[in-house]
Amino acid sequence: MKLSATGRENFYFYLFIMPWLLGFLIFALYPIGASLVYSFTDYDIISSPKFVGLANYQELFQDELFYKSIWVTFKYTIISVPLTLILSLIFAMLINQKIPAQGFFRTAMYFPSMVSGVSMSLLWFWIFNPQIGFFNYILSWFGVKPQLWFLDEHLALWALIIMSFWGMGAGMLIFLAALQGVPASLLEAARLDGASRWSTFWNVTFPMISPIFLFQLIMAIIESFQVFTPAYVMTQGGPNYSTRFYVYHLYESAFKNFRLGYASAMAWLLLIAVLIITYIIMKTSNRYVYYEGGKES
Amino acid sequence: MMNKHFISRGLAFLILIVCTAAMISPIFFMISTSLKTKSEMLLFPPTWIPQSFQWANFKELFTNDEIKFGVLYQNSIIIAVFTVIGTVFSSAVVAYGFSRYRGKGRNLMFMLMISTMMLPYPAIMIPQFLLFSELDWMDTFLPLIVPAFFGSAYQIFLLRQFFNTLPNELYDSGKIDGASVIRMFTSIALPLSGPALATVAIFSFVWSWNDLLAPVLYLNSQEKFTLPIGMAAMISSKFRIAPWNLLMCAAIMAVIPVVALFAVAQKRFTEGIVLTGIK
Repeated sequence: MKLSATGRENFYFYLFIMPWLLGFLIFALYPIGASLVYSFTDYDIISSPKFVGLANYQELFQDELFYKSIWVTFKYTIISVPLTLILSLIFAMLINQKIPAQGFFRTAMYFPSMVSGVSMSLLWFWIFNPQIGFFNYILSWFGVKPQLWFLDEHLALWALIIMSFWGMGAGMLIFLAALQGVPASLLEAARLDGASRWSTFWNVTFPMISPIFLFQLIMAIIESFQVFTPAYVMTQGGPNYSTRFYVYHLYESAFKNFRLGYASAMAWLLLIAVLIITYIIMKTSNRYVYYEGGKES
Repeated sequence: MMNKHFISRGLAFLILIVCTAAMISPIFFMISTSLKTKSEMLLFPPTWIPQSFQWANFKELFTNDEIKFGVLYQNSIIIAVFTVIGTVFSSAVVAYGFSRYRGKGRNLMFMLMISTMMLPYPAIMIPQFLLFSELDWMDTFLPLIVPAFFGSAYQIFLLRQFFNTLPNELYDSGKIDGASVIRMFTSIALPLSGPALATVAIFSFVWSWNDLLAPVLYLNSQEKFTLPIGMAAMISSKFRIAPWNLLMCAAIMAVIPVVALFAVAQKRFTEGIVLTGIK
C-alpha cells in the first residue's frame, strides 16, 4: 500500500495518538454523555434506570444539603485559592532575591507539598486535636483559648483552609521558575528609569509571569471544586454539614445512598460550573495576561 | 541606597525564617509524635522531643495484624508501578504523534486533549464506575491501572512541549540513515527525553500514590486496600484510643517514597539539562 505524503502524515498522526483517542472516547466522552443520560433517571444500581425527566434537577434545587455543599465549596475556594496563590507568589519573590541559604528555603517551603492527601489529613487532624493538639498549644502562647476546631461548626472549614496554605510550596516552585525566566535586562532597564519596586512589579514582572499566574489560578479553582480527601478522612462532612464539600455530597449521594441519577445531575452541574468559571477567567484575563510575541491561539 | 537594600533584604530573610519555621514545624511534630510512647503522645503541652525514642513504633506498624501495613504498602506499589509504566509509555507515544505529524484535524484533537485537563474526575466517575462494574473489575486493581495505558492529558501536553524543542535536523538525519518510523521514535526522540520522561514518571507515581477517591470506589476488601484507604480506615473508630504515634509512623512511611523520588530526581533534572544541551 502506497500512501501520498499527506496520507502518510494523517496515517501516522492518528496511529500515534490512537491510545489517547480511544481513552478519550471511553473514559471521557462516553462518561460525559452517559452522565447526562443518567441524570434524567432514577438509578440505584440494583434495578435498571427509570426515566424521570427533570425530577432530579428539580429535587436538587430544593435540597438544602445541595445548597450547603455549594456554599461550603464556594467559601473554601474564594478564601483559600487567592490567598494561597498570592502567598506562594510572595514567597517565590522573596526566595528569588539574593539571600543566603536560598536552596534551604526553597526545599523547606516545598517539602510540605510532598505530604499530600491522606498523610496530610492525618497529620493535621492530630495538630487540630482540641485537647492535646499542637495548634492549640501554639495559640496558647498568644493567649488564645483552646478551640474545638473540627468539632466546631464555625471553625471546621477554617481549619481546612489553614491546612490548605501548607501546600503552597508546589505553586511557589512554579512561580519561582517563572520569575527566573523574566529577563534581567528588563528589570535593569526599569531600575535605570528610576521605577519603584512596586511599579517594576506591576509593569514588568507581573506581565511576564501572568500566563503562569492564569494557568495556576484556573487549575487551583478546578482543584478546590473537587476537594474530597479531608472531608472523607477527617470530618465526614460535619459538624452540622459545615465541611460537606460538593464532591463529598456527590460521593455520598451516589455510593452511600445509591442515588446514581441524582448524583449524575450533580456531576453535570459541576461540569457546567467548571466550564463557566474557566470561560469567565479566560475572557477577563485578556486585560492582564501578556503573551510574549502576541496573543496565543 | 546600599542601606535600603540591606534592610529590605534583611527583612525578607527574617520573614522567610519565621514562615519556614511555621511550614516545617508540623513535619517536626509528625516525626516527633511517631517516636513517642502512647502516654507521652497524650501529654499537653506536647513535648518537642520524645523523652525516649520509640523506634519500635515503626516495627509495630508493620507487624500489627489488624493494620496489615505491609500489604497496604505492597498494593500501593503495585498500582503505582503499573500506572507509571502505562502513563509514561502511552503519553510518550501520543505526545510524539502530536509533535511530529501534522495530520488532518490536529488542532481540534489537541484542543480536545487540552480541555480534558480541566475535566474534573468526579464529573465522570459514575459512568466509569458502572462501566468497570459491568466488566466485573470491582475489587481488582484494573480500574486504577488500565486507564493509565491510554495516556494522561497533562503528561501528553508536557511531553509534547518537550518533543517540540527537538530540532528537525535530528529526524532528517534519521531519515537519511533510513530509520523506520518506530526507530525514529525509539532511538531518536525517546533517548533524548530522559529528564522529561522522568518528570512524567514522578508526577504519575505521586498522583497514583496519593489518590484516595478512585481506590475508595473500586476496592472493597481489606487485603486489596491501598495506603490512603488503609490509613483513612485507621483513624475511623476502629481503635478505641487512636494510636496517634502509629498513625504518624504511617504518615511518614507513606511520604518516604515521594521524598526519595524527588531527591533522586533533582539530580536527574540537572543531568538532563546537560544532556539536552545538544548543539
